[in-house]
Amino acid sequence: MNAPNHTGLPEIIKKHETDLLADWLKEQTALATRQQVSLKEGELKSQCSEFLRLLRKGTQGNNPDISTPEWAEMRELLTSVSRSRAQQGFTPTQTATFVFSFKKSLFIRLRKEFANNADALADETWTATNLLDELGLFTTEMFQKTREEVILRQQQGLLELSTPVVMLWEGILALPLIGILDSARTELVMQSLLQKIVETGASVAIIDITGVPTVDTLVAQHLLKTVTAARLMGADCFISGIRPQIAQTIVHLGVNLGDITTKANLKDALALAMKQSGLTVVNTKKLKEMAA
Amino acid sequence: MERIPILRMGDFLLVTIQVDMHDRLAMTLQDDLTRQIVASNSRGVLIDISSLEMIDSFIGRMLSNISLMSNVLAAQTVVVGMQPAVAITLVELGMSMPGVRTALNVEKGMMLLRECLDSDDSEVEDDAS
Amino acid sequence: MMLLKSESLPIVSEQDIVRARQVARQWAIDLNFKLIDQTKFVTAVSELARNTLIYGRGGFMLLEAVEKDLRKGLRAVFEDRGPGIPDIEEALKDGFSTGNSLGLGLPGAKRLSNEFEIISQPGEGTRVTIARWT
Ligand SMILES: Nc1ncnc2c1ncn2[C@@H]1O[C@H](COP(=O)(O)OP(=O)(O)OP(=O)(O)O)[C@@H](O)[C@H]1O
Ligand SMILES: [Mg+2]
Repeated sequence: MNAPNHTGLPEIIKKHETDLLADWLKEQTALATRQQVSLKEGELKSQCSEFLRLLRKGTQGNNPDISTPEWAEMRELLTSVSRSRAQQGFTPTQTATFVFSFKKSLFIRLRKEFANNADALADETWTATNLLDELGLFTTEMFQKTREEVILRQQQGLLELSTPVVMLWEGILALPLIGILDSARTELVMQSLLQKIVETGASVAIIDITGVPTVDTLVAQHLLKTVTAARLMGADCFISGIRPQIAQTIVHLGVNLGDITTKANLKDALALAMKQSGLTVVNTKKLKEMAA
Repeated sequence: MERIPILRMGDFLLVTIQVDMHDRLAMTLQDDLTRQIVASNSRGVLIDISSLEMIDSFIGRMLSNISLMSNVLAAQTVVVGMQPAVAITLVELGMSMPGVRTALNVEKGMMLLRECLDSDDSEVEDDAS
Repeated sequence: MMLLKSESLPIVSEQDIVRARQVARQWAIDLNFKLIDQTKFVTAVSELARNTLIYGRGGFMLLEAVEKDLRKGLRAVFEDRGPGIPDIEEALKDGFSTGNSLGLGLPGAKRLSNEFEIISQPGEGTRVTIARWT
């Protein structure tokens, strides 16, 4: 069957806008009760009337391909509907319902409008179904993307939690890194170290990589950049716990750790940090023994 | 003409940069500072950049130049308060400003200046003895 | 890719470099860029705007807010009708400068951006495009 050259949809939407909106809202509220989700009434109403306006605008262009510029505003609206529903914990079906639930109200109108013209009714229904299916699918797609974003953000949050910056002594911070470092994680961790330096006013920071199995070029470069950035801010940064294999890799990769202070382990790095900060530790028991 | 104020604090000069400087303003500051070091016989310069939200190669070069020139004039310069985002960006840009002394804040910068001067003075005494 | 907003700013004086930075910063804030991403983008803009002014003898910056796959981004296009760059590869090397400067602007702006492109025709002018995503 051929789609008509000119669909009557824009006129029908225009003519029955108020009724369509009222029916559709009622339909959605009923569905929402059945699906046990709560919709914000004001928000829903404005989303629906915006949808009707854009549907009319889009169908006027007579171009059923919703990826074209004529449908840009519609895509934006559906993206924001999907986003807000995904954030409120809706399922993909409940999200797509926003579009699909409109079919019933529209088809009732179409049937009344074309009561005496079976061909036209078939054509218009066909056009409308195709279009609404496309728009509904687009909503699900956007829903999926938003969920992926949320998951990504949660992963990042976990990463930040997994590498706490600790204060070893007044003015001395340590960042004990454990596990595999990829370049994204290293970058994030380094940013939080620099932020902590500002917050605490610590003038020495120790990055301890004892718990890191391997280091690649990018990670080594991030370490290097962090030490340089810390220096620009006015803090010293040491690296401790470089294991023999990692030392070999670093040399092998041609990364120049030139001016960076490295120590075999965290203990030695702390000793140096304390010395630099003018701090000494005294064994008071031994002192007493000597005095006795 | 618009100028960035230079404060005199005893032996030291203090500059707090708070505006987004256009290039000529940065050049003027460089000139003014070198002149002031000589005029007031200063031993140290503190440049507080904690309110600067961005440093590009031009401003970076100005900070390096001020450090070098003050050295020639027997004074020390300490740049204080660079924000983490600014520091990371500068490193990415390719400027590590190797000759520039830095400190976390004005107070620490002041301490660093005093230390530098003390060690300079003791060297002079050593030479004399 | 969707274009959300665009604005063209002339780059004909030193004040325009400051203005380019400020507009870029505001747009980056509006798009919810993280502070570090704002700073990187603004710094790249500053470098390229200065090149447009000094070497390109003035031109303009076209700033665009765009969205692709739900990700927002900023794109800045710097265009001038100056002498052009005879050897782009050379100009992109750290330390290369015909202006007795540090030669960090172009390679630095490239490192600070997610996307980078130079088109230059000797005698015709230069166009540098950068983009950074949230
Ligand atoms: N818009 C332009 N038109 C013509 N030549 C340019 C343009 N932009 C850059 N160049 C050329 O490319 C060279 C490198 O530019 P780049 O910005 O990397 O360094 P610079 O401006 O010389 O130094 P810096 O930016 O570190 O102060 C310039 O010296 C100049 O010869
Ligand atoms: Mg340049």
